[in-house]
Amino acid sequence: MATFTLNINGTKQEVDVDPSTPVLWVLRDHLNLVGTKYGCGIAQCGSCTIHLNGTATRACMLTVSSVGNSEITTIEGLSENGDHPVQKAWLEVDVPQCGYCQAGQIMTASALLEKNPNPTDEEIEMAMNGNICRCGTYTRIKKAVKLAAKS
Amino acid sequence: MTLVKTKIGRRAFIRNTGLASGGLVIGFSWLASCKMTPEQVNSLPDEWFELNGFLKVGDNGMVTIMSPNPEIGQNVKTSMPMIVAEELDTAWKNVIVEQAPLNTDIFTRQLAGGSQSIRQGWESLRMAGATARHMLKEAAAQAWGVSADEITTKDGVLTHEASGNSAGYGEMASAATSIEVPEEVQLKDNGDFSIIGTDKKNVDGQKIVTGKPLFGLDVYKEGMLTAMIVHPPAFGMKFKSMNAESVKSMSGIKDVFHFEAYPEDTKKTWSDGGAIPELVAIVGDSTWECMQAKKALDVEWEEVSKLESTSYHDQALASLLEKPQEEPARKDGDVDAAFAKAAKIVESTYSAPYLAHNTMEPMNFFAHVTPEKAELLGPIQTPEFLEQTLVSRLGMPAEKIDIMMTRMGGGFGRRLYGTFAVEAAAISQKMNAPVKLVYSREDDMTQGTYRPSYKVKYKAGLDENGNLIAWHVRGAGTNDDLIFENRFPAGAVDNYLAEKHSLETNVTTGAWRAPRSNFIAGAEQAFMDEVAEAAGRDPLEFRLELFDRAINNPVGDPEQNDYDPERYAGVLKLVKEKANWGSESGKARGVAAYYCHNSYVAQVLELEDGGDMPRVDKITCAVDCGIVINPLAAKNQIEGGMIDGIGHSTYSALTFEDGRPQQSNFDRYRLMRHSEAPKNIEVHFVDNGIDPTGLGEPSLPPAIGALSNALYQATGRRFYNQPFINDKPPLVG
Repeated sequence: MATFTLNINGTKQEVDVDPSTPVLWVLRDHLNLVGTKYGCGIAQCGSCTIHLNGTATRACMLTVSSVGNSEITTIEGLSENGDHPVQKAWLEVDVPQCGYCQAGQIMTASALLEKNPNPTDEEIEMAMNGNICRCGTYTRIKKAVKLAAKS
Repeated sequence: MTLVKTKIGRRAFIRNTGLASGGLVIGFSWLASCKMTPEQVNSLPDEWFELNGFLKVGDNGMVTIMSPNPEIGQNVKTSMPMIVAEELDTAWKNVIVEQAPLNTDIFTRQLAGGSQSIRQGWESLRMAGATARHMLKEAAAQAWGVSADEITTKDGVLTHEASGNSAGYGEMASAATSIEVPEEVQLKDNGDFSIIGTDKKNVDGQKIVTGKPLFGLDVYKEGMLTAMIVHPPAFGMKFKSMNAESVKSMSGIKDVFHFEAYPEDTKKTWSDGGAIPELVAIVGDSTWECMQAKKALDVEWEEVSKLESTSYHDQALASLLEKPQEEPARKDGDVDAAFAKAAKIVESTYSAPYLAHNTMEPMNFFAHVTPEKAELLGPIQTPEFLEQTLVSRLGMPAEKIDIMMTRMGGGFGRRLYGTFAVEAAAISQKMNAPVKLVYSREDDMTQGTYRPSYKVKYKAGLDENGNLIAWHVRGAGTNDDLIFENRFPAGAVDNYLAEKHSLETNVTTGAWRAPRSNFIAGAEQAFMDEVAEAAGRDPLEFRLELFDRAINNPVGDPEQNDYDPERYAGVLKLVKEKANWGSESGKARGVAAYYCHNSYVAQVLELEDGGDMPRVDKITCAVDCGIVINPLAAKNQIEGGMIDGIGHSTYSALTFEDGRPQQSNFDRYRLMRHSEAPKNIEVHFVDNGIDPTGLGEPSLPPAIGALSNALYQATGRRFYNQPFINDKPPLVG
């Protein structure tokens, strides 16, 4: 066990965990931030996507010991009132079905738009390809990303 | 107005048998804490008045509606309360939706399966709303000294025009609780619907996009331990021994033990299908610590039955296709005689592999079992069956078992089988502590309950004019006999023979979204395309001609057929019009139609140009599910079903080597991704006012046929074996 001070959603948080613990489980089991989801544990499904210094990153294979002072943003910290343009677009298009993968989808999409405010369809698909949606909301996700890009 | 007796679920309308008596809401503060948005909290009334088990009205006119059925992404948590709100005649903005716990005193069929929630809930949901409206009207009538018949309602407001009286539901809610529950209630005419048939967004949308705790895996409670299981690595193996001591001393580990999830005397239900009787449990403080212990644990397994491989399943199914069924499932006319005189014969064999459900949220459940009571909370499609099994497994009466459903990160049939919840309860009982059982993705994908693997052989005979005179289907599946003998084209062909076989195996199987239909529809509709081509007909017109036959001059007793040929033909005609079928689109196109789970769906699918596996450019879909409750959600569900069918038939397979699943995570088990998804989807509904039927499953099966048929147009070759991405033509030369 070791103590780590993490910078999460603009707040310093201290945790005492095994250094090999992935950030995913630190968030969920130790910090009560459950919006970041477990789907595969091997960075194949994207359900656990967070922002690490603004870049979409899979929290399930990111060990807590490797984070250092980097800024972590989770779905809970994406916006104060749940009104980030991507979140609003998701609601407007009524994207979710089961909803489980959507936090990860939103985190990937918001990181994409931060770097590329006007992505083409192909750029959206390439950026989002690491996020699986088992319910098949892909067509609406693309629509919502484009809607968010407009705003 | 339609006058109906309040016979269905009448117990639900007797006051005070409701939620307060079970203490469930109080017990599950985790859900209570996250159930409302800030806006809703601000508009909460001072007092609630329960008018029946489905709803309570606040003194300010807000209405809480209980959504009885489990939510797996099919959106019943929005659409079922819409039906109640419609008959209550309140405005949708006044409604707060709560997930109901399992309560068999109030609700009937709290189950998510078979696309039946809306169809089977329709009457009782309407009655719940209509009964409450009646009582509010009676209360107003007494208060104003007028006849209730003269009182009208709209958007939660009662009005008596002649006297000029008017009041919100909230003002009459208290008085309404002492009105007698009516023997009969009046339901609205379809033309008076103001909520049903309008687009309503997902009631959990805001919580989903902000990452609020909603799912089973999000349950964290005071003093809760985490548990994981280790199951046999191969079907045909069971636990022999383990060396747990070194693992028990690992950081954060509380216990490691071998246990019987299902001791021999456990009274099982069908919902326990796929149960693994003996498992190893690892219990600890956190998920990661349990995962580390799981890796370090050395378990010895022993072989108890045959270790089967995919090559064995394939050979055994193929040999069943050569074997006649002793008593055919259905036989009309004489196929042998018809084939003997046929001008043309078409014959093809189709196959599909095992599939895992792969809900994005792996199996999990919270359980807190004490000698006094059992509290269970988590994602389950069949809470009532779970309760039955727990009564036997825990030796506890049902009254002491509380089951609450969380929103589910997908179901697809997997959570019909609540074995994981029984395991969680058994572990909690042993630990005498609250426990959340978590399956790793690998546990989830390799534990069984799969979609069976299938093979089917079709043979059709055409006369010299290209008329279909004989149809023979013989199908086989692992632990499943595949064929629906009374579905189309039964009833439309003079000489018809349907035969089916099941291959018993120790690889456990279960219902996977649109069971059987998820394979047989694609095969049947692909074969129909081959037959139409051999007949020299347009594939859509060829189908319509067969439906004409089934309508005008059906073979055998039409009552025997599962389908209504007019509604079937109706969706084909609608899709023909909407997709401009018959005009040159310049794109490779395929058509398919199918009936299952009481709904009718037809699709025209167009592919982009180029490549071995061209991408779907557009799907035009026509649906007859009767009255559409929530068109927005219905379209979403239909889109998702089609993508599910196309994705799995193109990319997915679960294979076995000596009983061991060869895919255990998404690195080797391929699911459709963004860049492979259909680019455009259009959905059209038949408007016929018939009572609603389900949408969770019916759009999936035909999509596979439409895809096969379009692939043939694009590539010039037929695709017979799923996943299509691996169905390469044999090498020549």
